Amino acid sequence: MKKLTFYPGCSLHSTAAEYEESTRAVFEALGYTLEELDDWSCCGASSAHATDHYLSIALPVRNLVLAEKRGVEEVATACAACYNTLRKADHAVRAGDPAAVEASESMVEIMGRKYDGGVRVVSTLELLARPETLAAIKQKAAHPLRGLKVAPYYGCLLTRPPEAVAFEDPEQPVSLDKVLAAAGAEVVRWSWKTECCGASLALSRPEILKELARRIIVAAREAGAQAIATACPMCHANLDYRQSEIPELKDNPVPVYFMTELLGLAFGLKKAPTWIGRHLTESRSAVRSFLPAGKVGTA
Amino acid sequence: MSVALVPSPSFMREVQARSGQPIGLCYQCKKCSSGCPLGFAMDLLPHEVIRLIQLGARDRVFAANSLWVCTGCKTCQARCPNQIDAGQVMDSLREIALATRPRGRDANVKTFHESFLTTVRFFGRSYDLGMIALYLGRSRAIGEHVGLGLNMVKKGKLKYLPERVRRIGEVRKIFAKARERR
Repeated sequence: MKKLTFYPGCSLHSTAAEYEESTRAVFEALGYTLEELDDWSCCGASSAHATDHYLSIALPVRNLVLAEKRGVEEVATACAACYNTLRKADHAVRAGDPAAVEASESMVEIMGRKYDGGVRVVSTLELLARPETLAAIKQKAAHPLRGLKVAPYYGCLLTRPPEAVAFEDPEQPVSLDKVLAAAGAEVVRWSWKTECCGASLALSRPEILKELARRIIVAAREAGAQAIATACPMCHANLDYRQSEIPELKDNPVPVYFMTELLGLAFGLKKAPTWIGRHLTESRSAVRSFLPAGKVGTA
Repeated sequence: MSVALVPSPSFMREVQARSGQPIGLCYQCKKCSSGCPLGFAMDLLPHEVIRLIQLGARDRVFAANSLWVCTGCKTCQARCPNQIDAGQVMDSLREIALATRPRGRDANVKTFHESFLTTVRFFGRSYDLGMIALYLGRSRAIGEHVGLGLNMVKKGKLKYLPERVRRIGEVRKIFAKARERR
């Protein structure tokens, strides 16, 4: 088993618990153990950068210092927002951005050392899309998702700003396409892969959020998708939670899955029905033929 | 009656210094606004905000909802031929505007961010139930969220207890420092 230092982030410990469980199970099946970064704190998410530049760097940097202090060179995270925030802070410090350097140096007083730029933050999607992992996924997929038409949805945070985060083309990413195809799914072509779902307005402007979600989900359906796959807990929440409030989708919703839930189904993992049973939009019927026999989820 | 706009560079200098963005380079190609997913909900499109900053039209920039509607998705940043990150500009405008009391729905955006960060300051990690209680208490926007809230409880999406970072003092100091700098 290879060891990976893992930064779960707040969502995976609360609303997106099924994403953490499925990520751990899938990585374990692929030969990795995830070890949580000890005493990690919130990365600040969109609320920090939306209101205070110092907070937007200092909050993620605390976690980078925690990792660096323990000699950890690579930290993996499954949350696109955490990935984005940690990468942006790391990039700004390395690039010598004056505000970022100052924020990093302020950590000497706060936690005894600054961040020296020695940690590589990787997304779990990036790890899954490596050629050797794709080969392993193909091999492990005892129940390939044959015939399941999936729209791969990346959102903003895995792709922009390209200087800091993108491990591939920011306008036409393909890593999730490859991961889903390796699990046997039929990946649809569509032009809404990297559109914004409006996450930071989830509570404050729900009417805007619903319009953004509607456009994305309808586009996926028009492209022939029966399901949407994501690697972001914010995207998942926004596309999954409010479909019953959107007239166009209320009666024929499109289920939204975390990429690792679909991999779990393909691997035949027994817990998979429980994960998708936690979605607010009914998510069983689209994948009924791939559910482990005799297991009944709650949705 | 129309009021003539007298261009003044001081506002642009202020926003450039705060955001680190070369706003003066914008030549209005409108790629930012063409790709902006939030454009449909904005009073002023991103390229208009940038142009008004160049002209020093401070009041018009702050009277518009654009800076409260921008989600920071960075589509504009990724496409700007002059490497201007309009999302970062919006962040800087919001930092300035936070000192004031935004109107109507814009106030909810401010309340949301404050509620979220309050839980992070207390526990070191965000705490949804606490954040939702703070937000609904201050915004009184409970009506549009009741159905969703009940569904989330039913599915076990909301954890009752917060998680707390052991060395919470470090997180508190980060927030104290942020306050000092404002």
